[in-house]
Amino acid sequence: MTTTTNADVLLSVRDLKVHFPTMDGIVKATDGLSFDLAKGTTLGIVGESGSGKSVSSSAILGLHRGTNAIVSGEILLDGEDLLQLNDEQMRRRRGQDVAMIFQDPLSAMHPYYTVGNQIGEAYLVHNDVSKKAARTRSIEMLDRVGIPQPDRRVDDYPHQFSGGMRQRAMIAMALMNDPGLLIADEPTTALDVTVQAQILDLLQDLQREFNSAIIIITHDLGVVAEMADDVLVMYAGRAVEYGPCKEILTHPEMPYTWGLLSSVPDVQGDTDARLIPIPGSPPSLLSPPKGCAFHPRCVHRDKVPGDLCFTELPDLTPARSGGSHVKRCHLPNPDEVYRVEVLPEIAPDLVEETP
Amino acid sequence: MFAYIVRRTISGLVLLVVMTLVTMMLFFSGPLHPERHACGKICSPAQIAVTKKAFGYDKPVLVQWGQFMQGIVKGRNFPEDKKLEKDHPELVVHCTAPCLGYSKYFTQNVTTLIKTSFPISLSLAIVAFILWITGGVLFGVIAALRKGTIIDRGIVGISLIFYAFPTFFIGLFLYKFVSIKWQLVPTPEYIPFSQNPWSWLTGLILPALTLALFFMAGYVRMTRAFVLESMSEDYIRTAKAKGLPARRILTKHTMRAAFTPLVTMAGLDLAGLLGGAIITETVFNFNGLGGLAVAAATNNDLPILVGLVIVLASFVILANIIVDVLYAVIDPRVRVG
Amino acid sequence: MTDINLTPASEDIPDVPEVVVGAPPPQLDPSAKPILEVDDLKMYFPVKSGGIINRTVGHVQAVDGVSFQVPEGSSLGLVGESGCGKSTTGRLITRLYDPTGGSIKFDGKEIANISQRQMLPMRRDIQMIFQDPATSLNPRHSVGAIISAPLKIHNVLPDNKIKARVEELLEIVGLNPEHYNRYPHEFSGGQRQRIGIARALTLQPKLLVADEPVSALDVSIQAQVINLLQDLQREFNIAFLFIAHDLAIVRHFCPEIAVMYLGKIVEIADRETLYGRPHHPYTQALLSAVPDVKQAQIGGRRERIRLKGDVPSPINPPSGCRFRTRCQFAQEICSRVEPPLLQIGPRHKVACHFAGELGAHPAEPIPQSANGGEGAPANQPGFEDHWLNLSTGQTASA
Ligand SMILES: Nc1ncnc2c1ncn2[C@@H]1O[C@H](COP(=O)(O)OP(=O)(O)OP(=O)(O)O)[C@@H](O)[C@H]1O
Ligand SMILES: Nc1ncnc2c1ncn2[C@@H]1O[C@H](COP(=O)(O)OP(=O)(O)OP(=O)(O)O)[C@@H](O)[C@H]1O
Ligand code: SF4
Ligand code: SF4
Ligand SMILES: [Mg+2]
Ligand SMILES: [Mg+2]
Repeated sequence: MTTTTNADVLLSVRDLKVHFPTMDGIVKATDGLSFDLAKGTTLGIVGESGSGKSVSSSAILGLHRGTNAIVSGEILLDGEDLLQLNDEQMRRRRGQDVAMIFQDPLSAMHPYYTVGNQIGEAYLVHNDVSKKAARTRSIEMLDRVGIPQPDRRVDDYPHQFSGGMRQRAMIAMALMNDPGLLIADEPTTALDVTVQAQILDLLQDLQREFNSAIIIITHDLGVVAEMADDVLVMYAGRAVEYGPCKEILTHPEMPYTWGLLSSVPDVQGDTDARLIPIPGSPPSLLSPPKGCAFHPRCVHRDKVPGDLCFTELPDLTPARSGGSHVKRCHLPNPDEVYRVEVLPEIAPDLVEETP
Repeated sequence: MFAYIVRRTISGLVLLVVMTLVTMMLFFSGPLHPERHACGKICSPAQIAVTKKAFGYDKPVLVQWGQFMQGIVKGRNFPEDKKLEKDHPELVVHCTAPCLGYSKYFTQNVTTLIKTSFPISLSLAIVAFILWITGGVLFGVIAALRKGTIIDRGIVGISLIFYAFPTFFIGLFLYKFVSIKWQLVPTPEYIPFSQNPWSWLTGLILPALTLALFFMAGYVRMTRAFVLESMSEDYIRTAKAKGLPARRILTKHTMRAAFTPLVTMAGLDLAGLLGGAIITETVFNFNGLGGLAVAAATNNDLPILVGLVIVLASFVILANIIVDVLYAVIDPRVRVG
Repeated sequence: MTDINLTPASEDIPDVPEVVVGAPPPQLDPSAKPILEVDDLKMYFPVKSGGIINRTVGHVQAVDGVSFQVPEGSSLGLVGESGCGKSTTGRLITRLYDPTGGSIKFDGKEIANISQRQMLPMRRDIQMIFQDPATSLNPRHSVGAIISAPLKIHNVLPDNKIKARVEELLEIVGLNPEHYNRYPHEFSGGQRQRIGIARALTLQPKLLVADEPVSALDVSIQAQVINLLQDLQREFNIAFLFIAHDLAIVRHFCPEIAVMYLGKIVEIADRETLYGRPHHPYTQALLSAVPDVKQAQIGGRRERIRLKGDVPSPINPPSGCRFRTRCQFAQEICSRVEPPLLQIGPRHKVACHFAGELGAHPAEPIPQSANGGEGAPANQPGFEDHWLNLSTGQTASA
């Protein structure tokens, strides 16, 4: 299901670093990220704004080529390292083997070309077909993603579509060439909940149909809970917790993940409960805090002996719950802290059930 | 779309008519005493009075304006005097429609004067326009693509130099060196297109280049900015993510968006240039509309000035309409009706 | 309103004791006097034809007959999909727009039609917080200037006291008083939102219209701002009209919530009822669409009501019930007759002909005028428990 290597692994990212040299110094937007993704499964990446989610996923598509970004590590897609490809080889893979959809579907589409034109373009560049064939394929895909009257709407401009329809069109564009990997960068953040539900349904249906792997980037743990098989929690450019979705959401072992869980109200939770925000704000990536990057905001750092939190960057170590669940924290007894201190605050109703 | 064009044309015409009235009021009812200027420097009060009557300056502005409008539509006589026309037809000047007035200084109808100067200015403007658009866009795009490199800084720097130097300096420099000293092109002069297209072009090239260099500087920088802006748009990222070749992204996606604002400015600049190339026309001794305007102003020939204001204004209004219509064609979001 | 002789919701029903036991603070106090009463509020934006003569050919019915009340010191949540008229409602109440019709009573005074000049003194009591902290603050003004502007406009403090007051406000919203001379771009999103809140607080308003105050913020920061707003509400007894599309946050913040669809309120209830026993099919769909962290425990996604299609255009809303084009329970009557907003519980109003139990809709419409205009759904199965105190046949009317 997760980090355990098996034959089905489609994407394997090893020690990925994306650094941006700027006038003030090097911005380490992604600093040593590793994960695996099997065919037909979904990885959810969560984290605050600026934690490096988009930068990391753009690196998989090679979108940093031609900029001043320094990308290192390995991105193995079907065993082939994408970082070793030349620009032209990488271009051929974009949209063919890896596709991406973005947060704001209005600005992600060119305002001057029809939807059909833009979708068809994705098909034309990778296949030696006529414009007419591309158009037929566009209509077919629009129909597949649930746009009514696709043969008419294909000639509409993006501004004539509603937000949900635009995101559907973006999905159609991404799936035009039946890619093995689809990266969805906050695909529903700009949409209403009912439309979000439609889009998530659609993604799941399509995943079942095409057996593609999906990376879904979001800051909504609810979306992750409903979509992902694995979850990767990012903080300041690094993975701080990674493992099977169910494990992470029921037995999280890293204080930042706890913070994420406690700072969103639950639609069924106790309205009397106060939200527990994470104090402070995200760190600067120019000069991240020494030791554990989360320490300035961590309320549990006193439970770690000595000043480890301030001096030593914790390694990603297996979580107490075992399996493939890993976390980056010095706490010796995170499961206990979670059960005794955190859980009663975020979900009092669950306390008794937990052994 | 059609309704939109009709609506814009109608409002443009209304605007023009109002403009004629305002111009008439400013020039012919103010303290300028057009009759005195029309008569000449040494005129007795009696002669001035006759002139005043001949041109109709003694009538209220609204009546004058009515006559003027009538002149545009039907043509008119100077002076508007039935009896004189019968007795001494040689003393009456007929001005056929569209009549914009009569210039005493040139002893010509204003329409005729403008008609002779207009092709000169138009030719100049068009050649300059083609030069500066190709140059400006080309160098602007190159600068944007090589942003931050020495090429970029070189292009921006050089264009700034052309922008900073006065037009007459560049004009004189080109005249003296390119034409006279190095003899690369024949001496600038206006030869009608119908007579010899090649000579038309070579004769025009230096003054057109002078004008173009000035405008080009601005267009290089604007194009550069628009292209850079468009390159950072989300839809360009989408185009990349689709796997489009860089060249196609540039030509199809980036440029299309970057050119839209350029179209607006280019249209208005072209219209403005018709009467605005005064210095260049003077340096190269071209009798275009700019030259005509200078001559009229130095001789206080108000009818010409009024005629010019109206003709030039109508071109600006026309350019505005064309630009807006073009905009709607380019950008589907503003399409109306 | 319609040809059915049903008694539309009215506000003067006798107060009934809360059914819910041990409702948490901030809770609904039925005896609290309303600070804001909105009645049949309408806002139509004209649509131009773009023909040769540019005339008005229709109207965007952005807000079409909205009524609600906000009790003093309490919060009313306003939720609904994008474009349903939430922001417009907020802007009408702060009189950034002139309403097309209806009444807005603030503290008993009618403010729907007064001039901007007459409105000026009221602005001290009604303030607004905007969604986007980045664009709602003037980048060229220092934090001190931004927060002190309302003090200067209303001339409430002598100049030498203004700075001290602003510093106090900065402290209240959790910023450092030393930030007085800084500029908005030097702050993070959450801090900027705090500046916006401090500005709204300067004149000690009685009502804050918060238009998506946390939507642009990160989750961890959202919680900080929500907690701050709750503290301020308790301390200064401020009433909130809280506009948001995040249903969980609205539930957390507001004891009473109104759901809007296409310019109309379709359901309004206290939070326990609305989230526990929603009656309107739209509310049900909306709630079932919210993704929930707890789903992970049972592995993946639960069944949900799938709404088909998009929200229709507010220029040409569907006849009858505006939701009928997407409603799975729609019947013939729904296209003919607009369902009135009916009082069906102590603090519960629904605009649906079949306002029944979750999922289990009665096949027949609620009897109309069968008993002489007193067609309360009291005799419908499934309603008794909910209609506790009114089951004697007494209707919503006074
Ligand atoms: N071209 C660049 N030059 C310098 N820094 C950059 C560049 N691109 C991104 N960054 C920085 O990298 C960090 C990570 O950005 P990224 O877009 O990946 O965040 P994110 O996790 O996707 O956040 P969000 O939720 O807001 O989308 C940010 O701090 C950003 O400022
Ligand atoms: N100034 C205006 N002129 C014309 N139409 C308007 C204007 N303001 C809003 N509308 C329309 O009124 C409707 C309601 O808009 P409003 O901004 O109130 O929605 P909302 O519920 O706040 O949506 P969101 O969640 O997207 O903020 C929309 O259809 C909108 O297009
Ligand atoms: S390592 Fe220390 S500071 Fe970091 S999350 Fe763990 S306890 Fe907190
Ligand atoms: S009135 Fe009819 S269409 Fe409207 S919500 Fe109720 S059942 Fe659905
Ligand atoms: Mg991002
Ligand atoms: Mg809004």
